[in-house]
Amino acid sequence: MNETANAETILEVRNLTKHFPIYRGFIRKVVGRVQAVNEVSFSVRKGETLGIVGESGCGKTTLGRIILRAYTATDGEVLFRRDTEMVNTFSLKGKELKQLRRNMQIIFQDPFSSLNPRKTVMEIVGEPLLIHGVARGKELESRIGALLELVGLNVKHMNRYPNAFSGGQRQRIGIARALALNPKLVVCDEPVSALDVSVQAQVVNLLEDLQKELGLTYLFIAHDLSVVEHISDRIAVMYLGSFVEMAVAEELYKSPRHPYTEALLSAVPLTDPHTRKVRIVLPGELPNPSDPPSGCRFHTRCSHARDNCKTDVPSWNEISPGHWVACHYAESLSLNGIVTVDRK
Amino acid sequence: MIDYTMQPRRIRELYDRQNLLDQSIAHRMMSSEEIAFATSQWRMMWKKFIRNRVAVIGGVVVLLFYLTALFADFLAPYTLQQRMTEYSFMSPQRIHFFLNGRFQPHVYALERSRDPQTLMRVYVPDKEQPIPMRFFVKGEPYKLFGLLPANRRLFGVEEGIVSILGTDGQGRDMFSRIIIGSQISLTIGLVGVILSLVIGALTGVASGYFGGWVDNIVQRLIEIVRSFPPIPLWMALSAALPRHWPPLWTYFAITVILSLIGWTWLARQLRGKVLALREEDFVMAARLAGAGHGWIIVKHLIPATFSHIIVISTLAMPAMILAESALSFLGLGLRPPLTSWGVLLQQAQNIQVLLLYPWLMTPGIFVALSILAFNFLGDGLRDAADPYTV
Repeated sequence: MNETANAETILEVRNLTKHFPIYRGFIRKVVGRVQAVNEVSFSVRKGETLGIVGESGCGKTTLGRIILRAYTATDGEVLFRRDTEMVNTFSLKGKELKQLRRNMQIIFQDPFSSLNPRKTVMEIVGEPLLIHGVARGKELESRIGALLELVGLNVKHMNRYPNAFSGGQRQRIGIARALALNPKLVVCDEPVSALDVSVQAQVVNLLEDLQKELGLTYLFIAHDLSVVEHISDRIAVMYLGSFVEMAVAEELYKSPRHPYTEALLSAVPLTDPHTRKVRIVLPGELPNPSDPPSGCRFHTRCSHARDNCKTDVPSWNEISPGHWVACHYAESLSLNGIVTVDRK
Repeated sequence: MIDYTMQPRRIRELYDRQNLLDQSIAHRMMSSEEIAFATSQWRMMWKKFIRNRVAVIGGVVVLLFYLTALFADFLAPYTLQQRMTEYSFMSPQRIHFFLNGRFQPHVYALERSRDPQTLMRVYVPDKEQPIPMRFFVKGEPYKLFGLLPANRRLFGVEEGIVSILGTDGQGRDMFSRIIIGSQISLTIGLVGVILSLVIGALTGVASGYFGGWVDNIVQRLIEIVRSFPPIPLWMALSAALPRHWPPLWTYFAITVILSLIGWTWLARQLRGKVLALREEDFVMAARLAGAGHGWIIVKHLIPATFSHIIVISTLAMPAMILAESALSFLGLGLRPPLTSWGVLLQQAQNIQVLLLYPWLMTPGIFVALSILAFNFLGDGLRDAADPYTV
């Protein structure tokens, strides 16, 4: 990806790679590497929502967590905007890192594991404020109250424990905690996939409202295209640790350029019962990420694959403005998208 | 699959309706269930524990044992070394409660004689001479809690002897010796457990939390320690204790020896618990909020493992008490004048004693009772420890 000196860019990821070593035996010899994230590059503008889609195990959660510096990357870099300059987050330590953490927060998938059952809502939401010494005593309490109100929870329930809340309410608590430090970027790690379908819409709408109100930037990770389509400005599709396609949401839906995107789209249920469409079922299993296929990682399951796909790694090209694809035949294949409904 | 294409207005409507519903439910529950929702972990544990009758009984017995140990000098009619040589190997006396129709606990004076066939000394109660038991009598002076000088004892007699569990070969009252001996037997478990708790909690939490080479070293060390057969190890260690050490030093040395092996159990269990907790999202959330290792360990990991620490230590207590008894019984642990249940049991080592003076085995009953009580209590605590699993 070329140098974008865009003043709007808040996050830039360059060639990010993460390999988890597999240890075995007494002396912990490295016997293999799980290639969770491979050479991923993209940038995110301030105030936008970038959706990241892919099946489970494709490395989307890992990607989100490396950006948040929960794991150290094997290679590559992540730049984050601090005032006017872009700072390499991997070089930050101690106080500077703590300062960075105020600016990027996470919303977890599992509303049960993400809240300590031994702490009250007040303690959970107030924890980041206490860690950073932002507020204490009465002020802390009023701040927590304001946060709870912001996410649509009853302030009176501040002293309850998480077990007193439903999944959707718990997710709201998690959102309040993520917003406590006024972050600029929020990584939403499948925030609605553990919720009841009826509650999903509420939480997605809450996230949209909060984005408008607070000017947040979202990295919205999901495995469900219909959820991302609704909330995202741009969508990136991930397969086995790599980005295969990235484009503005509508364009990606209408005219996908990668066979994997096409297959994913064919699985999206349509709201119009009269439309007939062909469901593309990918042959075979998801390859083992510790032993990925050579060449294009998708070639083992791709119906359009030719000989050079097995040997040559496709490059990450911008084939039209803002539309990135990693496929040798992106220009020549004619793939079917789906007609999206009116957005917003 | 939800239809995200719904008009925003419609979604807003749904959203508001849900909110209204939530509020009305919340309002209804406010009165009684609000309390339940704001119940802390400890209150939930207590509620669950109190329902387990066996565990509560075990807890009460344990409590009684410790209270007895605390007030041992007051409850025991005689001191540890008080000899009544004319009453050696006396069998347990019966206490009679009514004298001439009035409530007056008493024992009978004893007449010594010898069995003409076995030449064994026998004590025959003389029904004509009741000796009334007096309460809060003056006895040998002692120091309550080792501090306050006192000489009142709960019960005693002004002449003769009162010995509800018999006497040993030197005419020392077994009941007094068991009660006073419990001070050492019960506290050696407590001190030993606390000591292994400190070592085990530190190594276990560090091992689980940091993982990697720290974990590897700690776990291999535990395996090495555990692979020693305990009794020979204790024997070697206690043989290394200098004979001329004062009793108090020996006492602490023995607790250290016992906890040198005891900590491994705790460390292993805590490691497993922390290993699981470390992967919980709420720990990740704290880390991503900028919390350091200290914050995470103190605010999240220790409170979450605290109930387990209590349970493990309660269940480790019997092992400690047993180990001390076994060591002392073999003559490797505490030595007289220090008196523990194990030391008392040393007298009951040969078959002659067992046959002729079976009451010398009563310390064994106390060992068994205390261990049973601890086990019941520990089981109950374990069941109550995790109120989040039904």
